[in-house]
Amino acid sequence: MQYIDEYRDKEKIISLSNRIKFESRSPLRIMEVCGGHTMAIQRFGIPSLLPEHIELVSGPGCPVCVTDRGYIDKAIAYARQSDVIITTFGDLIRVPGSSSTLDREKAMGADVRIVYSILDALTIAKKNRKKKIIFLGIGFETTSPGTAAGIIKAQMAGLFNFYVLSAHKIMPPPMAALIEQGVKIDGYLGPGHVSTITGSAMYQFIPERFNLGVVISGFEPLDILQSIYMLVLQHENKQPKVEIQYNRVVRPEGNIKALELLDEVFELRDDWWRGLGILPASGMAIRPKYESFDAEKQIPVQVEPTREDKGCICGKILKGIANPSDCKLFGKACTPADPAGACMVSNEGACAAHYRFKKS
Amino acid sequence: MCLSVPAQIVSFDGDMAQCAVGGVITHASIQMIAHEDLKIGDFVLLHTGFALQKISEEEAVATLALFEEFETFNQSLDEEEKKTGQRIV
Repeated sequence: MQYIDEYRDKEKIISLSNRIKFESRSPLRIMEVCGGHTMAIQRFGIPSLLPEHIELVSGPGCPVCVTDRGYIDKAIAYARQSDVIITTFGDLIRVPGSSSTLDREKAMGADVRIVYSILDALTIAKKNRKKKIIFLGIGFETTSPGTAAGIIKAQMAGLFNFYVLSAHKIMPPPMAALIEQGVKIDGYLGPGHVSTITGSAMYQFIPERFNLGVVISGFEPLDILQSIYMLVLQHENKQPKVEIQYNRVVRPEGNIKALELLDEVFELRDDWWRGLGILPASGMAIRPKYESFDAEKQIPVQVEPTREDKGCICGKILKGIANPSDCKLFGKACTPADPAGACMVSNEGACAAHYRFKKS
Repeated sequence: MCLSVPAQIVSFDGDMAQCAVGGVITHASIQMIAHEDLKIGDFVLLHTGFALQKISEEEAVATLALFEEFETFNQSLDEEEKKTGQRIV
């Protein structure tokens, strides 16, 4: 058992596709919240395996895509300080700020380093005691426990030249906001790896308040098809509920140790989401207790006024009310090699996934 | 961004473990999983240098068994289509 190939078996995929066609009668519009699902759905050609009346739309679950351009501008401003080393996941490096990117700053001499893990950033902090090491903390509940663990490790190791610029966010508020803002969907394909940390109870309000189903899904083609099948059954039987398809890693209670780390280091704050605006208690700020590691509190910086790109409809795409192909810039003024908006930069952005696998 | 991969534990070193992802060995923190729940050969879900959860072989086997049922059902649909000459799906 390798937990990958077993879930890509062609015969089983065809069987499941037929089973969905057999059971599904009424139109069904499913939003995949997670960018990883967006990518997998396009890569494995999932829409071609579904009846025409089942539509899949991409949602707000690509952290790079929903993050404020002002965050990138701030990271760039820090990168321009000569005593700062920026450490970041590769996803952020090419995201356009108002007038530059981290990649461009690096080419001009800024010390910007791509790391695979916050643990690598700690190693850099250990080796460069005279520099300020800023880790760009971005991502949902899958990624933020690692950042929390990193901050606690920095404190234990006395690494007081280590800082985090947090843009961490949590998933339930945008899932509620989308429906409240009138986006028409019939169910959610729930984010598998976020839920590995959080568990399934946090989605309970979705069937209760909005009468919509949530199926927490894995990322292989059979996982996604089985989750769609489960949503079809819920929809046909008019019994929306929270279900876990990805039960080889998602437990109803989540990962308690990781949740404790999150609660220890972070507190909720209002945060801005591309396409959705400011959502109450949707972002994660570093608690005062750990403020000596909070870049925003410790390192003052002048940031240029934020300027959003005209013509980019990334916000509408993240809300599921427009498709990448509806954008005038798509594939012309905006390509993965020269992206205008965040949805084209990240591999898991809806525009990048469409460009790569569909090109229409 | 939430991309996570299955990795097999090769050896332990305190709060860290050597894990194999395909043929590549990587060093990962296992601090988010109770140590008594892990042994060499187990699979974990790896994300940005941290094991997020142990992968349950039992649950994985149960899911795969369910897929077998879908295949059996599909075969019965095929047979019915052949018998009646009418397309069902």
